[in-house]
Amino acid sequence: MARLIKDRVIADDQWELIREPIDADALRALSGRNVILPLSSWLELHEAQPSHQGLLGVWLKNTELPESITPWLPRIPLIALDFPVFTDGRAYSSARELRQNLGFEGELRAIGDVLCDQLFYMSRCGFNAFAMRADQDLEAAVRRFDDFKDAYQASVLNPEPLFRRRSCANG
Amino acid sequence: MYRYDNYDHQMLADRIAQFRDQTSRFLRGDLAPAEFLPLRLQNGLYVQRLAPMLRIAIPYGMLSSKQLRKLAYIADHFDKGYGHFTTRQNIQFNWPAIADVPDILAHLAEVEMHAIQTSGNCIRNTTTDQFAGAAANEIEDSRPWCEIIRQWSTFHPEFAFLPRKFKIAVCGTQDDQAATQVHDIGLFIVRNEEGELGFRVLAGGGLGRTPVIGKEIRTFLPWQHLLSYLDAILRVYNREGRRDNKYKARIKILVKETGIEKFQQKVEKEWLALKDGPLTLTEAEFQRCKAFFKDPEYLPLEAFSPELEHALNTDVLFAAWHTQNVNAHKKPGYSIVTLCLKATGIAPGDITSEQMRFVADLADRYSFGELRVTHEQNLVLADVARKDLYALWRALKSQDLHSPNLGLLTDIVCCPGGDFCSLANAKSIPIAESIQRRFADTERQRKIGKLSVNISGCMNACGHHHVGNIGILGVDKKGEEYYQVSLGGSAENVTALGDIVGPSFAQEDIPDVMEKLIGVFEQHREQQERFVDTYRRIGMEPFKEALYGKAD
Ligand code: SF4
Repeated sequence: MARLIKDRVIADDQWELIREPIDADALRALSGRNVILPLSSWLELHEAQPSHQGLLGVWLKNTELPESITPWLPRIPLIALDFPVFTDGRAYSSARELRQNLGFEGELRAIGDVLCDQLFYMSRCGFNAFAMRADQDLEAAVRRFDDFKDAYQASVLNPEPLFRRRSCANG
Repeated sequence: MYRYDNYDHQMLADRIAQFRDQTSRFLRGDLAPAEFLPLRLQNGLYVQRLAPMLRIAIPYGMLSSKQLRKLAYIADHFDKGYGHFTTRQNIQFNWPAIADVPDILAHLAEVEMHAIQTSGNCIRNTTTDQFAGAAANEIEDSRPWCEIIRQWSTFHPEFAFLPRKFKIAVCGTQDDQAATQVHDIGLFIVRNEEGELGFRVLAGGGLGRTPVIGKEIRTFLPWQHLLSYLDAILRVYNREGRRDNKYKARIKILVKETGIEKFQQKVEKEWLALKDGPLTLTEAEFQRCKAFFKDPEYLPLEAFSPELEHALNTDVLFAAWHTQNVNAHKKPGYSIVTLCLKATGIAPGDITSEQMRFVADLADRYSFGELRVTHEQNLVLADVARKDLYALWRALKSQDLHSPNLGLLTDIVCCPGGDFCSLANAKSIPIAESIQRRFADTERQRKIGKLSVNISGCMNACGHHHVGNIGILGVDKKGEEYYQVSLGGSAENVTALGDIVGPSFAQEDIPDVMEKLIGVFEQHREQQERFVDTYRRIGMEPFKEALYGKAD
């Protein structure tokens, strides 16, 4: 079973990521498993498959907007956001939007070109699970969450920006 | 000046530890060059033609004498004894070794400096008017706002991998000296009819390959909403800015392709979701930041200084410098002094470590220990008592820092160009020098009057050639270095982009080209008109004719 980082610890991945769109038959063959579907397949299949044994999650390309799944958010257990290359930062905005504007509370997972040096920023944007690129050292990666003790901005981890906490401290 | 507290210090220390680890992983081969690249760029480290280059942030141009002495130390110990002030109010060192950079950053941290986000596709150093807080014509001191923006933008988790770099300028004076209209976001501090403070917001300005003047997306943004509004603009840009073509990736292209109204609607929509949340600025935070920039302990001085008057009447060289390099101050008896780092034969913006220490001492003696760096690559002592001006000038003279050419033809803005920069099409420093030599006569320069000359070694426009009254751009013509000339640009209140005169010129022709342009100007000039005004009045044709002959 693949390993990943979830809530800052290394864990077994309980999910299967389906990269290419699939149809109802293919999904039936996966019954009993927790699967993460591409957006197009998920939109098509998630309501038509009440018989699916196991959970259904969805992954978004970085051109697909979180608004496309807004109505179902409270019932989605996992959303994965793809980083085709680590230098493409669109998914950071989607993550914050999902957490801060749309109130998504399930697992928010980074997939694709996920590298240890970006974990700090990703976690502050609301990701809590990281399916790291295969060559990354997970033990070392976990330590990266603590690279910084604090930050200036509001973030999903700490919704109060530093200036609000600072001015409290100063009375 | 802003002073760090424990939070700021801790963040800097954490950043250095992080970068030390990343650098050693890279040097060991555990971190691929392509993966190290954006990390080092966001710590100011480029790899250039000859050696790495380290760009150090001077937030909104404010520098203390202590910091300048530290820069001198770094120049001596890690470089070849000099530094280069850039057109973004930063300083660059051209010769550090990669392995030394974490140590250099640790030295900088001792004096509350860093190289964070001076490069890379992220939010860069915020710039402002170099006379902020001292200018006679100020609406509101921009520096507290710049500091608030600095903190908001530093390590912003959402915007570290934007489509392209992102630059913000803030203007709080009546005469814009920060080229605010040609930034990705330009903020003008304004008051509404009720007298409340806020910002007029422009977006989508920029120079580079496709120069554009920013467009207004909000006439009045109450100051409390500054950060949520910036977040909203950046989010729209991060999400929708083009990533398929580096030359189309700046926000100006997005604004253009989306249309200003539609872009504005998108921003408003994002903003409504964020507005009135925790990002709303508080009076307490505004006052906290403002307190760092309160006036120094000015003496109650008379506006008239007999010592100064005497010197002005007896020393013509001093009087010439005084006319050119000294500006009005808000306090009676004080002046703002600009040290022009444009002595002929020295690359514009270059300063030796010896000069740095010397200027730091002068800042301590004459200007409350503070300096500013300008985007024209000069230094400013912003709070000098008028009675001390003559003594200051004599001191500057001893170090050749008394060039009386501020705002004149030889006060050339120039990028490092082909001598240092690996992106260059052509050299720029020797062009600046050839012009300075041709127009060395200061009397003549003064007669010509206010004239900005800007030189860039390539389309990236680091020398801001689009907004020079005369702009010079290095181009590659079948492997030869050529120069395209444009006229009529301006970064002032009436910001304008220059028009290209015609086919480009060889390097050795540039002084003659300048001579001809000045000739046309002198012939058509009415009274004390400035070059740019004459150009606006008579248009391109007479200049074109002088350069290329009459069109048939
Ligand atoms: S304008 Fe071009 S040559 Fe000059 S510094 Fe910028 S990138 Fe280099």
